[in-house]
Amino acid sequence: MTDQTTNTKKPAKLSYLGQGWLVLVLAGGFGGLLAYVESNLKPKIEQNKADFTLTAIPELVPGATKGKPFVRNGLTVFEALDDQDKLLGWVISTAGDGFADRIELLIGLDVPATTVTGIKVLSQKETPGLGAKIEKPDTFSKQFIGKSATSPIGVAKGKPAGNQVQAITGATVSSEAVASIMNKAMAAFRADLPAEARQ
Amino acid sequence: MSNGGPTAFERFINGILPENPVYRQVLGTCPTLAVTNGMRSGMTMAAAVLFVMICSNIIVSLIRGLLRPHLRILVFTLTIATFVTVADRVLAAYMYDMSRQLGPYIPLIIVNCIIICRCEVCASKQGVWRSAWDAIGQGLGFALALASICTVREVLGNGTWFDIPLGWHNADQYKWIVMILPPGAFITLGVLMGLVNWFGESRARKQARAAQAQLEPVEAR
Repeated sequence: MTDQTTNTKKPAKLSYLGQGWLVLVLAGGFGGLLAYVESNLKPKIEQNKADFTLTAIPELVPGATKGKPFVRNGLTVFEALDDQDKLLGWVISTAGDGFADRIELLIGLDVPATTVTGIKVLSQKETPGLGAKIEKPDTFSKQFIGKSATSPIGVAKGKPAGNQVQAITGATVSSEAVASIMNKAMAAFRADLPAEARQ
Repeated sequence: MSNGGPTAFERFINGILPENPVYRQVLGTCPTLAVTNGMRSGMTMAAAVLFVMICSNIIVSLIRGLLRPHLRILVFTLTIATFVTVADRVLAAYMYDMSRQLGPYIPLIIVNCIIICRCEVCASKQGVWRSAWDAIGQGLGFALALASICTVREVLGNGTWFDIPLGWHNADQYKWIVMILPPGAFITLGVLMGLVNWFGESRARKQARAAQAQLEPVEAR
């Protein structure tokens, strides 16, 4: 009050702190709480994600019971093995842009990597009721079983012919996205096949 | 905590029916419409909301003396977001399938207006004990509302309840798809809300008539 020239700015700054200190303290405290929760639960969550991929392998490669991951050409691939560790096929884990958000896919291939043995959508945020149907095993993804992996898989709006699948009604973009993500991943995998697949 | 306002018991009872968050206050309709196509997802959502609401009501009530009017919503949101993140992580760790199924709707509890409404109406004005009971009452009211909608939608749409087949039809052949899809949520919520209002009004009319009947002889004299 006595020395106005030096004190004009200071009270304003102090009053911000005086008003906002609770928010700062809470943010620090809550941040600590979240860090504690995250550090405790993260291994379990990561394990859940890995388990989910592994449990999908028997659905994707007939007869396989477990998977062994390796990285090739920037792709995460699982060797699909049976109980005697015999190689039965490959499961490629890949992702790409869908209609709304990233679509994460698992693609099952036979040992020479020429035929699709199954696909599974790991995560997607397509339109509920339309594009989200790419997840339904009984309708859409079943169509990919037996399709050739050596040439690109197409999407037909009407009756599928040759190496084509039928698009989901009202969700052509999502259907095409799945096919194009698959084609890209399969081409990348086939460009540099592991030794076991070349025989 | 003798600071006036409704008591803990009144807060608790009010949340369940008289001030039911979904049917009376029409709050939190986003999760109400989005996750009610099955009992399992609906009840998981209700439990998560109950947890977040109890925690944030208690915290907000504890710091209510320190709240500044223009910063209170910020503090509420910060508190709610923290506990929602905790709930989201716990679900991802221990109920992974359910966490995948609910997807973005668990993080979206942050903007569930029931919780911020309880912080504003009750927790920022009343003590910890009353605020906690208020959260439990509102949380159970929300669970009750979700359960009623889930039951109608899952039974009619899928012929199951908590994923248990009810056996009154062949699950593969019959499905009333629209009840599972979003329009079914709007239809069910509308019909049930209409019924709740109709019962409420007819009860109020009956009470008014009874009161009238008691009054009339007195006036005639």
